[in-house]
Amino acid sequence: MDASRYWHGFIGIQVREWRRFWQQRTRLASALVRPLLWLVVFAAGFRAVLGIAILPPYQTYITYETYIVPGLCGMIILFNSMQGALSMVYDRELGSMRVLLVSPLPRPFLLFTKLLAMAGVAVVQAGVFLALARLVGVQPPPAGYLAAVPALVLTSLMLGALGLLIATWIRQLENFAGVMNFVIFPMFFLSSALYPLWRMREASPWLYWACQLNPFTHAVEAIRFSLYLEWNPLAWGITGTVTLLLAALASTGFRPQRTRILSGRR
Amino acid sequence: MTPCLRHTALATLLTLAHPAQAGLAYVSNEKDNTLSVIDTDSMTVVDTVPVGQRPRGILLSKDHTRLYICASDDDTVQVMDLASRRIIDTLPSGEDPEQFALHPNNRHLYISNEDDAIVTVVDVQTKAVLAQIEVGVEPEGMAVSPDGRWAVNTTETTSMLHWINTETFEIEKNIVVGQRPRHIEFSQDSRFAWASSEIGGTVHVIDVERLEPIRELTFKVPGVNPDRIQPVGIALTSDGRYAFIALGPANHIAVVDAHTYEVLDYLLVGRRVWQLDLDRDETYLYATNGVSGDVSVIDVDRLEVVKSIKVGRYPWGVVVDPSS
Repeated sequence: MDASRYWHGFIGIQVREWRRFWQQRTRLASALVRPLLWLVVFAAGFRAVLGIAILPPYQTYITYETYIVPGLCGMIILFNSMQGALSMVYDRELGSMRVLLVSPLPRPFLLFTKLLAMAGVAVVQAGVFLALARLVGVQPPPAGYLAAVPALVLTSLMLGALGLLIATWIRQLENFAGVMNFVIFPMFFLSSALYPLWRMREASPWLYWACQLNPFTHAVEAIRFSLYLEWNPLAWGITGTVTLLLAALASTGFRPQRTRILSGRR
Repeated sequence: MTPCLRHTALATLLTLAHPAQAGLAYVSNEKDNTLSVIDTDSMTVVDTVPVGQRPRGILLSKDHTRLYICASDDDTVQVMDLASRRIIDTLPSGEDPEQFALHPNNRHLYISNEDDAIVTVVDVQTKAVLAQIEVGVEPEGMAVSPDGRWAVNTTETTSMLHWINTETFEIEKNIVVGQRPRHIEFSQDSRFAWASSEIGGTVHVIDVERLEPIRELTFKVPGVNPDRIQPVGIALTSDGRYAFIALGPANHIAVVDAHTYEVLDYLLVGRRVWQLDLDRDETYLYATNGVSGDVSVIDVDRLEVVKSIKVGRYPWGVVVDPSS
């Protein structure tokens, strides 16, 4: 098979994702409203909380708003990925995913392309959010926005792969509420998105270790450090390794015949 | 001259005008009995020098070769030679010296003695006490106008500014300001003096010609309880653009437009921000954060805190050496 077919498949999936994004403009709005509420309302009450210690990558004291912005970027990606997973269930039920998967292109390639398309959408959402955050005074160095893109993409790939893996288990659309409860909330709250880990450690060592073991923590730290033009090899290493692992699991596990609604077997 | 050559010549001239800068800032650590030396280029601590007990107020001699240090618990003022960073002398200071000011003649040092309600004037060359001036209760802040005409002392309990004639060593006027005045700073042209009141939470601007307050500033930091707003250190840019006011336990520095007296911004720094000093070019402002034990560096043009540098415990005073 020549490269043009790959290219054809690649473009096809990208275009489809962007078209879906464009058709669901409310999705962008809702993707932004959530983190903005956290930033403007929730963080306002905690303004002075972090003015007591300096933690890398920050060079000086920061407001709570400044602290949670990278975590909220992670939150945008988290929701985007889980919605992506949801859309796969949807696609599978309506059969368009089948069309995709019966194409002669290798499945890992197709799934990776799909993940990349989702990452593109996520980066745009996070970018708009960062621009809005700048207006409320969260102002990382301008070059940091560019430096954050690879971290945002990697985070999206990791969470997308996780979403795919979950999609292989979900059989029905309604299970998204379960995903919220068992995946999104624990991942988000048990991480460094809202509080620095030294705070968690003060509260309880168990919480601290739960946060440390959560790959989302390291994805958020990769975003945070990149945004402030610092290199965090540990965060990148863990996020990258987990991404590869989840992607490998997802590509072997994702089979169109899992759907039982259409085939009538229950 | 070709444009290229002209550029080179210009660059050379600029280099000559601003020689390679290895700027230094000195910070007194009240609890550690040390002095931290900060390299202002790398913004790191390059040396820590032991000094007398409870060092608080520090200032440079007018020729920038010596540093005077109030060693409060040793009841003395130490003299440090900056080339060797050794204490070479001590001056009689009266009891518990905290703040002091040097007359432009580079000889008369005005020291406030908190416990004795006096201001001691010492000649730093002969070490002779020239005068002991009775002021209000708990003298604290001390400043001498750049034109050398006035020495001003603030007394905390009396809530007054005492204007001392530097020729007669006598008080010519007392001005009542907000509660617990802690610090006073003159503008470069000696026309205005800014005095902060810790408990009153205010800053009074005094017209030096008329010796009358012309403005009273108050502060309101979003999210900070008003009783934590306790103005202390003040720094004024020489172009009259900004006044920076350290707000103590409010953990913020207020940026005030020195012409309109409007508060432009509040900059978040460490806990209990205390004293301030500008570097020679007035590009950076240095602020000591007592409780968090570090020094925050503010970019004056961008009005942004760029870095906080860990120093000793309870940093109190800071001076940036303008000759380096």
